[in-house]
Amino acid sequence: MNTLDLQALGLRAVNSTLQDLEDGSNKTAWTVTNPMGQHAIACGLDKPMSVDILGHVGFYCGGMNKEADITVHGHAGVGLAENMMSGSVRVTGNASQSAGATGHGGLLVIEGDASSRCGISMKGIDIVVGGSVGHMSGFMAQLGHLVVCGDAGDALGDSIYEAKLYVAGSVDSLGADCIEKEMTPEHLATLTNLLQRSGMDADPKSFKRYGSARQLYHFDIDKADAY
Amino acid sequence: MAEQKHNSQPRAAARASATFDEYTLSEIRRAASTGIYDIRGAGAKRALPHFDDLLFLGASISRYPLEGYRERCGTEVTLGDRFASKPLQLKIPITIAGMSFGSLSGQAKEALGRGANAAGTSTTTGDGGMTQEERGHSKLLVYQYLPSRYGMNPDDLRKADAIEIVVGQGAKPGGGGMLLGQKINKRVAGMRSLPEGIDQRSACRHPDWTGPDDLEIKILELREITRGEKPIFVKIGGSRPYYDTALAVKSGADVVVLDGMQGGTAATQNVFIEHVGMPTLACIRPAVQALQELDMHRKVQLVVSGGIRNGADVAKAMALGADAVSIGTAALVAMGDNDPRWESEYNALGTTAGSYDAWHEGRDPAGITTQDPELAGRLDPVVAGKRLANYLGVMTLEAQTIARACGKNHVHNLEPEDLCALTVEAAAMAKVPLAGTAWVPGTPVS
Repeated sequence: MNTLDLQALGLRAVNSTLQDLEDGSNKTAWTVTNPMGQHAIACGLDKPMSVDILGHVGFYCGGMNKEADITVHGHAGVGLAENMMSGSVRVTGNASQSAGATGHGGLLVIEGDASSRCGISMKGIDIVVGGSVGHMSGFMAQLGHLVVCGDAGDALGDSIYEAKLYVAGSVDSLGADCIEKEMTPEHLATLTNLLQRSGMDADPKSFKRYGSARQLYHFDIDKADAY
Repeated sequence: MAEQKHNSQPRAAARASATFDEYTLSEIRRAASTGIYDIRGAGAKRALPHFDDLLFLGASISRYPLEGYRERCGTEVTLGDRFASKPLQLKIPITIAGMSFGSLSGQAKEALGRGANAAGTSTTTGDGGMTQEERGHSKLLVYQYLPSRYGMNPDDLRKADAIEIVVGQGAKPGGGGMLLGQKINKRVAGMRSLPEGIDQRSACRHPDWTGPDDLEIKILELREITRGEKPIFVKIGGSRPYYDTALAVKSGADVVVLDGMQGGTAATQNVFIEHVGMPTLACIRPAVQALQELDMHRKVQLVVSGGIRNGADVAKAMALGADAVSIGTAALVAMGDNDPRWESEYNALGTTAGSYDAWHEGRDPAGITTQDPELAGRLDPVVAGKRLANYLGVMTLEAQTIARACGKNHVHNLEPEDLCALTVEAAAMAKVPLAGTAWVPGTPVS
């Protein structure tokens, strides 16, 4: 295990060490200590490696991650794993707003709760939240899966495109063009797989599926009241 | 008999209303007929105070001119040397503004790259990400970081020569956009992770930051991902240029791009284009004032766009404090947009060459604002690129001509003292004296 003390080294040195890892290097397991809630820790990584961050992190931890597996042992600030391409990011605590925003791929696991706009504009990422999500989660979600083992706040999936949302608990309200949809065996299998991969002990059959009614895909003045 | 008497009486000529003019009447009829607002491309078309309302004074007994065709007048500009380790080095102070593949054809994007390369300047991506062709044909490419994040990925971010965080656009400060389904072919849809053929909303707010404190952290993240190499531009629409410039500087921007309301768009409501934002002329001095008060003028570069048409506009923007300008609409025209050679086809679309602005519909006869293969094939990227290079060259020569006449050996040495205004409005906005007077409206009389 290789250790990087962020307090001693500073952000740039920690990130450059991880970003500059040579192809084929055997230094693929890293621990970052003393993160002190700093922003942009372990962002822009693009090689297979594991990074364990021991403590809370600020904004944009794991931003634009490719291939790396990052675990935050604590809570995370705004924009956790924003625009992730592949790999995984896991947070053992809670995550602030816009977790997984615009993510194109990979798996984001939030063991606690996620605040508002979780999965906003997601483009292929899979997000699994052990607790609940705040309002406007899945706003303009394009592709991928958002799994919520707890409850969802207001306006879930507002203006959603082709992303698939699964919620076990209650939903305060659905956003524009978001409707409850049939849970087919294929959807159940996908959900089961996501729960297993994320280590969530939840019964897939307790979930409901939500997605786009596809009524707003072409601007129609007669549907202006729907916005 | 009585009727004859009536007809022989003199009558006043039919008088059209200045308020309900011909265009206004037609728009009322159009709205009444369709039930939907008008959407179009391009920027504000109404008459606005602009660079034409300013004049250069030229040299005189108290100012020495430089010899035309002999003495050097520099045009090079460095963008982004505040923090970035690899700032952008341009030969001319005229850049190509952000325009997306999707709104423009692949041929048009290639032509922009070819023209910019020949002139020694940069092009800019738009909403929808970076295409390989675009990167390949642009030696210097600015990668826009937009609220939609369509096509955004760290590899392209690192391939870019600079990153432009788009907060606003002059044609629609506070607005997003909508790329209509007819322009969403398989490739465009794939780049945006959306189904083919559906309307695609470009968001007006960034999904993961709000306000200057967050922006500072976002800039930190982008610098971390790109190892501090890339200049970070922040593009703002011309609405509150003093505060937005100050906040962009506070947030850590290397360059501020300021787009006035004459700046073009691919598609926005006409009411938005014509009634939101400020003229470019009114935006520059407040932005420069903010930079000066922060001791950041010429340290954080200011790029001005929105209605730049010729070398005189370039020189005037420089004189008011800009470090460079950016062109979009003019570049498209140089390549062949709205060219009279397509007049019959413009007529068939219900418009005329010079007025065509339905850039969102994808039926551009010139093959520029379209994804239709047949139409796009009309534009020869090599020829169009050469035309753009010629145009950029002419603008640069014109700006140099004016700068020399004002005794300046670099276009950046032009200053407000070189200008006067033809109208009270322009004098107030540009903060230069009304021609023939010492009066600068809005400033205390000394």
